Amino acid sequence: MKFGSKSLKLMAAAVGVALMGSVFAGCGGGAGKSDEITVGANFELTGNVANYGSASMDGLKLAVKECNDAGGINGKKINLVSADNKSEASEAVNAATKLISDDGAKVIIGPAVTANVIAESQVATDSKVPVIAPDATSPDVTVENGTVKPFIFRSCFIDPQQGTVMAKFASENLKAKTAVIYVDNSTDYSKSLGKVFKEKFEAAGGKVLDQQAFVAKDTDFKATLTTLKAANADVIFVPAYYEEVGKIVKQARELGITCPILGTDGWDDPKVADIAGADALNNTYFSTHFSDKDDSVKDFIDAFNKEYGHAPNVFAALGYDAGKMLIDAIKRAGSDDPEKIRQALEETKDLKVGTGTITIDKAHNPIKPAVILENKGGDRVMVAKIMPE
Amino acid sequence: MKFLRRNDLVMLGIGIVIFAVLQVLITERIMSSFWQLNVIIIGINVIMAVSLNLINGYTGQFSLGHAGFMAAGAYTSVVLTTFFHWPFALALLAGAVVAGFLGFLVGIPTLRLRGDYLAIATIGMSEIIRICIMNIDYVGGAAGFKGIPHNTTFAWVFFIMLFALFFIKNFVNSDGGRACLAIRENEVAAESMGVNTTKYKVMAFTIGAAFAGVAGGLFAHSFYLISPNSFTFMQSFNYLIMVVLGGLGSITGSIAGAFVVTFISAALANWPEFRMIIYALALILLMFYRPQGLFGYMEITDFGPFRKILKKGGRNDA
Amino acid sequence: MEVLQQVLQQLINGISLGSIYALIALGYTMIYGIIKLINFAHGDIYMVGAYIGFFAITQAHLSIVPALLISFVVTGCLGMVIEKLAYKPLRHAPRISVLITAIGVSFFLEYTSMYFVSPTPRTFPAMFGDVAVSIGGIVINGQQMLILGITAVLMIILTYIVQKTKTGKAMRAASFDVETAQLMGIDSDRIISYTFGIGSALAAVAGVLVGVYYNSIDPLMGIMPGMKAFVAAVLGGIGILPGAVVGGLILGVVEALVSGFISSTFRDAAAFAILILVLLVRPAGIFGKDVKEKV
Repeated sequence: MKFGSKSLKLMAAAVGVALMGSVFAGCGGGAGKSDEITVGANFELTGNVANYGSASMDGLKLAVKECNDAGGINGKKINLVSADNKSEASEAVNAATKLISDDGAKVIIGPAVTANVIAESQVATDSKVPVIAPDATSPDVTVENGTVKPFIFRSCFIDPQQGTVMAKFASENLKAKTAVIYVDNSTDYSKSLGKVFKEKFEAAGGKVLDQQAFVAKDTDFKATLTTLKAANADVIFVPAYYEEVGKIVKQARELGITCPILGTDGWDDPKVADIAGADALNNTYFSTHFSDKDDSVKDFIDAFNKEYGHAPNVFAALGYDAGKMLIDAIKRAGSDDPEKIRQALEETKDLKVGTGTITIDKAHNPIKPAVILENKGGDRVMVAKIMPE
Repeated sequence: MKFLRRNDLVMLGIGIVIFAVLQVLITERIMSSFWQLNVIIIGINVIMAVSLNLINGYTGQFSLGHAGFMAAGAYTSVVLTTFFHWPFALALLAGAVVAGFLGFLVGIPTLRLRGDYLAIATIGMSEIIRICIMNIDYVGGAAGFKGIPHNTTFAWVFFIMLFALFFIKNFVNSDGGRACLAIRENEVAAESMGVNTTKYKVMAFTIGAAFAGVAGGLFAHSFYLISPNSFTFMQSFNYLIMVVLGGLGSITGSIAGAFVVTFISAALANWPEFRMIIYALALILLMFYRPQGLFGYMEITDFGPFRKILKKGGRNDA
Repeated sequence: MEVLQQVLQQLINGISLGSIYALIALGYTMIYGIIKLINFAHGDIYMVGAYIGFFAITQAHLSIVPALLISFVVTGCLGMVIEKLAYKPLRHAPRISVLITAIGVSFFLEYTSMYFVSPTPRTFPAMFGDVAVSIGGIVINGQQMLILGITAVLMIILTYIVQKTKTGKAMRAASFDVETAQLMGIDSDRIISYTFGIGSALAAVAGVLVGVYYNSIDPLMGIMPGMKAFVAAVLGGIGILPGAVVGGLILGVVEALVSGFISSTFRDAAAFAILILVLLVRPAGIFGKDVKEKV
């Protein structure tokens, strides 16, 4: 076998083109235009959890579009540059590095998933670029070994708050004495919520009879649900994301499990009702960030509907909130200097966002109420609104 | 056969020159940090590809579980550096030993299998490794291992890569390597000529896995956090793609394959929605026009200009 | 008694899941039998089938049976087109390059679908209320009965085609030895094309059934079932039709029992462990014949 000179030339040409490409890519970003503020969006656009990442991206895009349509910030438009982290931690670092070094991003929004934000946070801290995580609810995102990471913020509440709210709701409002927990073993989110719920529910005198786990992208839950059914508990707590939740509720009801099923903000998507069906969803409760019946949220929901033709899910709403937080901070910072934006983010106070009003606390978490919604006859009814303790 | 021949020294020299150029680009900050990171990733991928090539390309055993060995090495070394504060080099070595041992363990029983049966068994093994890691809370379970020190630098990656290349090249040209090539060409014939096929197959598996373990350690220490998600069978497919794209049984090919795949992925980062579509089409087209891979069985030293620099000799495998 | 009841329920769950694996595995095994290609894109064909069924039901407002038929035919044609465009030019290339092409096709199907239908999962409308039969506390619902019924019917048809028709005989001849079959006057290109068509059509049916069963489909839904079906095919002995069915059912039942009695986090590990154990005892799968080595 021999290489002809033709194929050698071809290869040389290919390598040449490739190198050119890299040079262009290297020079493409940099400072950016002076009448623009470059914001990076690092989201899961392909891979396992692409549906969550791209929903948040949609919400963020809407917030940026509204801002730019209204003339931008002090005459400067926001230039949103997106990067895909392929739903993987190492790629999240790679994408964040690209946004900062090649695109010149002053702030980064995202990723959606906790692990990816934690991976990214080191790069952001090293290059002193603030990050707003829209959906990562684990406490570790903003705090490491007891100290607050100066550059990492979020626009959603944290797991302990939700877990506590739901445990209290189960024992006080539903008068449950026993519970079983069914968590998604592939996410920190679900595992830590399961832990908090167990702790608080048992502290309130309840008893957790069994805990089972599944992994994201599972489709068949009947086997485990059959086991959980045998425990015959008063409530089932399923802190998980909507795709699996819909199937779990549907299959649980098919197996004849009639007790209340409780969940968290991962449930907040119209898809749950589509997958499970309205009947199956009766007698289920979940905590989330807002009620779509709330007047203050109406504007956002209408705007989102108009832009995308469907109602926002919780990821989209939180992405939008992150965008609002960002715009407000840049406005108050009065410049696109990352350090000034960081300070402004820390001072965020009584800011009206899509899902309500938020104030950033010392640990860079927003102080915002959790609401508990009940699914009833194909509709969602707010049963409680609880401020953090 | 001498361990270092003249050709090796020439190649080593070229390697050091390349290193110097890249290192200057990095320290002078001419290369952006995104491309710096990707140069490191390319280096790690070269180690992965060339070690997989030893198993798939040179020994002809169809292994699809390389990401599993990488995971074993990665997790071993991060536990040692993060929890026990071992020096980086020692932790990498430990990762290599653990991954190599796993390769050995996996090698013995599964090498009874052939072809596609071996492929699915190795996928199975690597998935089992990954699922076990996912269920161990000590290493962070599914959520990933946090707080890894950032030890991996370009120099570490480059010199370990050079070592891997020379080691595997020399192995292939040694008696053991010849035995592996004989197994690839015809296992029954090799056996009847007195080659202890099991021994060499297990040897190839062990060496390949050990290097994958080192690559895993380097990978983990460049990203602060690793999660089992980074080591799925899709990742093993990626390494296989690099090897086949470059040419099974060509070390130069593995380097080229790792470079091309990483490069395409990084260069397309600006168009996230089309990235995978373009990548898929590129893959299909490359296979149409060069089904034997970019280099086939050839090495860069087989080409005209290099022939003049390097005295030919000792290489007549392919 | 309660344990027995649980075991029976898990068996029902496992068999319905296993039937889906079996339908996908049949395509895998047929294709492998003839051109010795592990068609990694097969799981994605199943995904495309599910989407075609979904659009037939939601956009054209068809009921389940015509939707299944449309998906069956369209996806079958798609399978033939893919074979013609992507695999046929590589008929004489090394097997590994065809395999890489298959991975490429798989990525291509996944991400073009993602581009057009977005990564958000789609939900099938409820097709038939909550039909469920309960026998002594063991529940079998309408979808499960549909899956079992359709799988059984398809297998009978497939057995008929393969055993009795001329095409089927040609397929068997080709899978025995393509070159000899060609010498006997069989147009092997046409037979390979048919095989892809039938295999893809079966996967499409599995896709639509899964959509109806679990109510939700997404562009990456094919990756794991594709891998599992491959495991099922190898478990039964790759290239052997009854092997694929038995392999699929075993896998489904094992997964259900492991999820039910141990933990579903170890379900996939158990599936692979069973595979490896079986292969160590029978290196060519349950029904596979140990081929004597030719020197």
